[in-house]
Amino acid sequence: MDDRCSRRRFLGTAAGAAAGFGLASVIAVEPARATPSSMQDAIRKVAGAATLTAGRVKLELPPLSENGNAVPLAVRVESPMTEKDHVKAIHVFTEKNPQPDVVSCHLGPRAGRATVATRIRLADSQTVIAVAELSDGSFWSDRASVVVTLAACLEGGP
Amino acid sequence: MRRLCVALGAIALAVSAFAAEIPPSDRRSGYDFMSRETRAMQDDDTANPGMLSVLEGGTLWTRKAGGAGKACADCHGDARTSMKGVAARHPSFDAARGRPVNLEQRINACRVDRQGTPPLAYESRELLALSAYVARQSRGRPIEIAVDARTQPFLDAGRATFHRRQGQLNLSCSQCHDDQWGRSLAGNTIPQAHPTGYPIYRLEWQAVGSLQRRLRNCFVGLRAEAYEYGAPELVDLELFLMWRARGMTFEAPAVRP
Amino acid sequence: MANVLINVPRQAKRGEVIEIKTLVSHPMETGYRRDQLGREMPRDIVRRFVCTYNGTEVFRADLHPAISANPFIVFSTVATESGTLTFRWTGDNGFSMTESAAITVD
Repeated sequence: MDDRCSRRRFLGTAAGAAAGFGLASVIAVEPARATPSSMQDAIRKVAGAATLTAGRVKLELPPLSENGNAVPLAVRVESPMTEKDHVKAIHVFTEKNPQPDVVSCHLGPRAGRATVATRIRLADSQTVIAVAELSDGSFWSDRASVVVTLAACLEGGP
Repeated sequence: MRRLCVALGAIALAVSAFAAEIPPSDRRSGYDFMSRETRAMQDDDTANPGMLSVLEGGTLWTRKAGGAGKACADCHGDARTSMKGVAARHPSFDAARGRPVNLEQRINACRVDRQGTPPLAYESRELLALSAYVARQSRGRPIEIAVDARTQPFLDAGRATFHRRQGQLNLSCSQCHDDQWGRSLAGNTIPQAHPTGYPIYRLEWQAVGSLQRRLRNCFVGLRAEAYEYGAPELVDLELFLMWRARGMTFEAPAVRP
Repeated sequence: MANVLINVPRQAKRGEVIEIKTLVSHPMETGYRRDQLGREMPRDIVRRFVCTYNGTEVFRADLHPAISANPFIVFSTVATESGTLTFRWTGDNGFSMTESAAITVD
């Protein structure tokens, strides 16, 4: 429910900017290290009780995005991608979107490389986490913070 | 509200020194003001969502429509040659209507007069697709707007709209885009307002839209009443903006934040 | 009518890792927005994307509303044999879209 509130707040700010046109309304940058519980819950759904270790995963996001509707994202995981040792899945989570899940990619040795890319929506400046699930049952992760600026010239009215 | 007033006051002060037209050597496409990521999205046809519209337009180009049972291709052939440069020359004078028409109106004139089918609605998926497909054929071409005795009055009318203070904010287009380009307004850099890549895929819209949609956004931003789609005032403004961008390279379908 | 743009190399060497880029036209309506009259706009998203290579699944993605409109997905696969790559998007309101691409492997 918390997440939904922050989304509403974001929308409210956006509407204010649209009405105000000239109002500088870049969202304040906060080093959001504390991970909201809903994101933790979502991560636990895929990782269970396993430990998430930082490393092996590289989450690539621009540090500053000029529009939260389409932020390019890439995840690269160090892995030989063999039958014995490969990445089974790559999950992406956000902490301030209305819901924490973004995408879950399922791959295997036939991928050749453990690399995926897409474009995501970010409702606010926030931290994004990528989690890789390996064939040996271990979980690895990386995080990145993105500042999303608000546009001055939003569409509104009739 | 206080901050808003201060910001607007600063703009009003800054524009008291009225700037002339941007010299050709200083003209820059909105592309140059975008982030590296957004530029990359435009540059890669396999990543540019505007290409989905181009793809659909290519299908519509060869689809027969209306009582005449004719497709665009039946008269115009291969768009890759016949439509090269066409979008970069619009709005252009239409003798039958006695005034300039934009690309969307030209497409609809063909539909009504040649294909015998009702015009497509402004901003409809099909009209955006056809105009994106036609506009794509001008990519890399210079913008060329023919000005003669017939078009001059409409160009002058467009120029007057561009320089007229409007809306509750009492600002003209020129006060931002001639005088303040390159500076920041909220999270954006103010561009020079050269329509080099319409229809565009705008991240804010999460969709493809026309130049008129973008212009109507501006009027709403000024808290002015926006002209209806297809209004002569908007076409005249389009004509002026394209003339103002003459010689610049066409880049449809562009991506903008 | 949905449109799809797929970028797959037509030819590849056996064992080569090829990059595949896909773009599908879809609004990815989140279910969290309201229209101008204040009515809730129901969720309408692509929920799943699957790529099969000569019938065998090689990549699958579960999508949520945080994926941008007109989903763009880039992934890779090992060119194992000549044949067909099939791409399938499915989602809310019975959305289903299938596209394929041929590849020659030598």
